[in-house]
Amino acid sequence: MSQLEFEKPILEMESKIAELRHVSNGSTINIADEIGRMQSKAQKLLQTAYSKLTAAQKVQVARHPERPHFLDYVAGLITDFTPLSGDRNFADDQALIGGIGRFEGRSCVIMGQEKGHDTDSRIHHNFGMARPEGYRKAQRLMAMASQFQMPIITLVDTAGAYPGKGAEERGQSEAIAKSIEKCLRTDVPIITVVIGEGGSGGAIAIAVADRVYMLEHSIYSVISPEGCASILWRDGAFAGEAAEALRLTAQDLHGLNLIDGIIAEPLGGAHRHKEETIRDVGVQIAKALKDLTPWSGQDLIKKRREKFLSYGRAL
Amino acid sequence: MNWLTDFIRPRIRSIVGEQKEMPDNLWQKCPSCDGMLFHRDLEENLNVCYHCNHHLRITVKQRLKIIFDDSEYTRIELPAVAHDPLKFKDRKKYAERLKEAQSKTGLKEAITLALGTIGGQKAVIAAFNFSFMGGSMGAGVGESLIKAAQTAVKEKAALIVIPASGGARMQEGMLSLLQMPRSIIAVEMVKDEHLPYIVLLTDPTTGGVSASFAMVGDVHIAEPGATIGFAGRRVIEETVREILPANFQTAEYLQEHGMVDMVVSRRELAETLGRLLNIFMQALSAAPENDNTQDNAKGGKALTSKKAGKKDVKSSTKVLAKTAISQIKAVQKAAGDFQDAKKKPTAKKAN
Repeated sequence: MSQLEFEKPILEMESKIAELRHVSNGSTINIADEIGRMQSKAQKLLQTAYSKLTAAQKVQVARHPERPHFLDYVAGLITDFTPLSGDRNFADDQALIGGIGRFEGRSCVIMGQEKGHDTDSRIHHNFGMARPEGYRKAQRLMAMASQFQMPIITLVDTAGAYPGKGAEERGQSEAIAKSIEKCLRTDVPIITVVIGEGGSGGAIAIAVADRVYMLEHSIYSVISPEGCASILWRDGAFAGEAAEALRLTAQDLHGLNLIDGIIAEPLGGAHRHKEETIRDVGVQIAKALKDLTPWSGQDLIKKRREKFLSYGRAL
Repeated sequence: MNWLTDFIRPRIRSIVGEQKEMPDNLWQKCPSCDGMLFHRDLEENLNVCYHCNHHLRITVKQRLKIIFDDSEYTRIELPAVAHDPLKFKDRKKYAERLKEAQSKTGLKEAITLALGTIGGQKAVIAAFNFSFMGGSMGAGVGESLIKAAQTAVKEKAALIVIPASGGARMQEGMLSLLQMPRSIIAVEMVKDEHLPYIVLLTDPTTGGVSASFAMVGDVHIAEPGATIGFAGRRVIEETVREILPANFQTAEYLQEHGMVDMVVSRRELAETLGRLLNIFMQALSAAPENDNTQDNAKGGKALTSKKAGKKDVKSSTKVLAKTAISQIKAVQKAAGDFQDAKKKPTAKKAN
């Protein structure tokens, strides 16, 4: 498992426990008591560490490579998932994946950024940084959702839209802008969960939804703390301060009433309990879907607009 | 460095006195061709270099004077918003930066709203002030764009937005990111009423501003040489590790890549805008009365108004043809643009 600095004492404890278990298997000495004591100590360490994560630490957890990613959620929540490729204009973008399938038996469209889980897949998915083709595929899928009156689930996990020459040539700005516009015009329920990193325009392009939730240790921001620090502090080393100032944690944003809710993660974060996390995300999506189902298409559009218009007005 | 510069020159200076710098408000160098520009000539030339045609940045006041008929317009008061809800602080407090920008520019926010006529047609202009915190978009700017759209709807006027902005105002965190969908909602309000929405992309239009309202116009006009793009040039160079073409992310480059309808020099701006608005607005006034409700805008009536609109463009072309041959071509070209742009409501119905 990749290490986070603040998790080191916990990981050390966990490896000691594993070692002891291994020893106890091979011998007759009963050290179950010792293991039990150490486990509860490790649990306490986790509790204290995770009960007061700083913004900078949350950024680390949100980006943890072992966190469940888009395809893990699809595998856990969607049956008959059928990925659909291409924007019908230029190319397919594997950074932003989407398709049709069934969520709890109901036909739906699901899409989101996939970061990949090892070197090969990370390169294949361009580290979850979509190009214009990705956002145009998203628009295409939203149109399809509307055509067949299927709700849309979007899972956000990206450092941001890809900053490349080709991406600029093919209109990254226009692709993102049109994707936002498409979200606003779509007459089926849209539910968004930020599962890891919500990075700026590349994230909000598919997150203009009727319900926007964030996992407990996910982040959502207009700019990365590193980028913000290098611009405003003129030194990337101030990323910690920037993370704090940007108010990018799920708790901050919920406090500002800019998201609809937080999905709690099991103790120690999603990277320790993938299945449980995925299940809980599913429960929240099901709840939201139930709330939104009675609304007509025109009502959805109207209320979505009103909701986004209201942001910031009460602050 | 040698004794000449180190020793002799200071001695001479001390005798003759410090050489007087030319007051920078009288002469300035063109950033493109290094030609010297006299302030009065430059102003007369609409802040366009008279040696090389480079378009220098222009104040919003000058811009509005150039565009509106007879340089006359009414300022629309900016809506009030909560400033600094995050209590953001970097090396300096955001609240202080905001105050500094306000006292430096004498403006309340990075945007100015005005109502007037262009080519005889009513129009609301929302123009960004780049000198106000880089024209960055926060809640104040977003809310102003919404007010501009609402005013356009109320006045049955066109909406023209003129971005000059580095992007989102990061001191407002998530709230600034949310101005991207909010600004697009503003545009939707105008489009629902079938009123024209024109974007004039000026130097620079980048980041969250380019990736929102600036790229969903019925017509995209850009000023020559303006930098327009999503990611910053340096970020891209660092990511792709290759040298980018010199004209990368310029107005001309964007037109070449299909993102901008036309690159229009400042001298022809008012005429172009006037012509476009006249074509659009005449089409609308020729359309059978429709009661402008949201639901109706998507229904059959919109379709008939579209057909009627096309007819009207043709007849208006004929009228103008009498006046000047050169104008025929321009109008026909614009009429083509118009028909392209008008396809959008059809696409909307497919939703």
